[in-house]
Amino acid sequence: MSDFLTSSHLLSVEDLTTDEMNGIFRTADSFLDLSSRTVKKVPSLRGKTLVNLFYEPSTRTRTSFEIAAKRLSADVINITTSQSSVVKGESLLDTVRTIEALGADGVVIRHPSSGVPEWISRRVGCHVINAGDGLREHPTQALLDLYTILKRKGRFEGLQVAIVGDILHSRVARSNIRALTRMGVRVRLVGPPTLIPQDTKGWNVEVVHDLKEGVRDCDVVMALRLQLERATASFIPSLKEYARLYGISPGILRIAKPDVLVLHPGPINRGIEIQDEESFHSHSGILDQVHFGVGIRMAVLYLLMAGQ
Amino acid sequence: MARTDRTDSFFLKDVRLMDPATGVDMNGHLRVEKGLVAEFGAIAVPSSGIPVWEGEGSVVTPGLVDVHAHFREPGFEYKETIESGSRAAVSGGFTAVCVMANTDPVNDHPEVTLGMVNRAREIGLCRVFPIGAVSLGLKGETLTEMGALTRAGCVGFSDDGFPVKTSRLFRRALEYAALFHRPVIDHCEDRDLSDGGVMNEGWVSTDLGLKGIPSASEEVIVARDLEILKSTRGRLHVAHLSTAGGVRLVRDAKKRHLNVTAETCPHYFSLTDEAVRCHHADAKMNPPLRTEEDRLAIIEGLRDGTIDMIATDHAPHAPFEKEREFDQAPFGIIGLETAFSLGLELVNSGSLDMSMLLYLMSVRPARVFGLPRGEIREGGLADLMVFEPRETTVAGVPGFRSKSRNSPFLRQKLAGRIRMTFVGGKKVFDDREEERNA
Repeated sequence: MSDFLTSSHLLSVEDLTTDEMNGIFRTADSFLDLSSRTVKKVPSLRGKTLVNLFYEPSTRTRTSFEIAAKRLSADVINITTSQSSVVKGESLLDTVRTIEALGADGVVIRHPSSGVPEWISRRVGCHVINAGDGLREHPTQALLDLYTILKRKGRFEGLQVAIVGDILHSRVARSNIRALTRMGVRVRLVGPPTLIPQDTKGWNVEVVHDLKEGVRDCDVVMALRLQLERATASFIPSLKEYARLYGISPGILRIAKPDVLVLHPGPINRGIEIQDEESFHSHSGILDQVHFGVGIRMAVLYLLMAGQ
Repeated sequence: MARTDRTDSFFLKDVRLMDPATGVDMNGHLRVEKGLVAEFGAIAVPSSGIPVWEGEGSVVTPGLVDVHAHFREPGFEYKETIESGSRAAVSGGFTAVCVMANTDPVNDHPEVTLGMVNRAREIGLCRVFPIGAVSLGLKGETLTEMGALTRAGCVGFSDDGFPVKTSRLFRRALEYAALFHRPVIDHCEDRDLSDGGVMNEGWVSTDLGLKGIPSASEEVIVARDLEILKSTRGRLHVAHLSTAGGVRLVRDAKKRHLNVTAETCPHYFSLTDEAVRCHHADAKMNPPLRTEEDRLAIIEGLRDGTIDMIATDHAPHAPFEKEREFDQAPFGIIGLETAFSLGLELVNSGSLDMSMLLYLMSVRPARVFGLPRGEIREGGLADLMVFEPRETTVAGVPGFRSKSRNSPFLRQKLAGRIRMTFVGGKKVFDDREEERNA
């Protein structure tokens, strides 16, 4: 198989060439066919051990990785380490030793500090898959978002995407910006100045503060999750004002292209980032995202780990 | 380890003698007697009686003076001690070092000051001058007894690590320290604006997803301090300037004849925030590495005299403290062993001339803080360094003399080599002896 990844880790979407991304999408296609069958398992990763190491609470991503690994017949160990054990002095070096001691073939890691998966990858002998680090990267989320766009739109070239909300604190936004622009998609960032990074010069994006202007002629509108504590930290005055200025509503979507696709990485704060979702049901790709997530993660695990 | 065995008289043969303060720049020999320069130039080589060191054409200059280092003793001896810090200092050409007050206990009582001074004397390598805390426990509430601290040996006051917390306390500190003719050294940072940031706010922090510290965080407090200084008779010394805006504020203040001096550190003129990408927490310090525009403004500030001196902000941390999440690792890098080489890089690139570099690293800091320093004149103190500008060194190889190795310059090839260091005429460092003993 020529689609195996050249890097032994998936730390950032920047580790992937466009060919490799397309290879992941092709592989996801075949795994998703599998999930419609009665027997959903393949033996590709039989005998391999994958550790899900989560330093932040997560249901979706962790479950999605777990299902993906199990469908590939890997043994899965879930370790959820609360912040308290970090406070107690468990260091990352201890974590590295734990991974080595478990004899894991791969580790899926989520961590609140940016750069940790990369740091770990330089110190362990197994594959490292980033499941979200701080504000930096969430590569499998971006891959499944791109995959959803590809399935619904059939192409990347020439598309216009608006990413709306808290760009500053969003690893999902960062991974998507990198992956989308790489694929030739035009990206517009939409949000209040307090939630857009002060310097975005290295990204090939347009920054717009007005939502109507931001979604105009868009093929895809991607809303980001707003952490509710942003209001208390004065990034926004109130959730109500945020919802009024940046909430995606049926009225706003009329400014976008008629066949606009709406995405959200979840979990959604309904009534804040997204309003009256039922009324634009046919435009929503949110359930697809969850469904495709398993296929994308199977593809990533397979293409990283089945080769050797 | 007492060093009383060493002689304080010697003859240094075949050197280039340079002293920006006395204007000396010549080839010749140097004779030191009982810790003082006896004669120099085209003098006769003695036949016997005192040790003769071969200069081999290297440069002898006044020893370097660092007004900003952390020796961590008492309290954090696992990071550094007065002994290991002194060893690092003399191997970097420094003969006098001021050490900051953020020890444990904090240097806010004369007993702590005396403890440091006595320990440094026992070790007998470089001269160590404590900086006293501005406020008790660095808490920003109550002024320390600056009179008692001065008598015990403190040469300045600083809550370094923190800015002087409130404008009111800063004003009182400036006014009160003036009573003892001591400067207040401020770590200029608006902590509220920094808001838990871990590197410079800019494109690199956006890209790396790390929380940024805006340059305004420094500039706001520099501006505050300068405006308060205007209405007092105190002396302000701005620590570790890192931003173009900070340089501009100090330049304007000097035009207004305010009683202000400023320092920067080698990393601010050598690196930018891009270094965080490959050096991780070894490129994490506070203030953070800034942009290329800031770096160039710092060099310009050194050239035009806005920035008075180069200090190291030598801040050792143990490997286990730096080997962790970037946002959780402590701020600070070591600097005593690389500072002069990084300065030489400025000379080699044509940004400074050699005498200006020596002025910034020896003459000026000693004058501003009233510290003893070497002078190449008859009767001058023999606090000297001998270096070879044509050779290079590899930073931290085979090891740093500091207990810590948190340096972004680790394993980098740097200009120049310190060959010998003398304090009060005693040889406290010789790189060849060290090689032989290794």
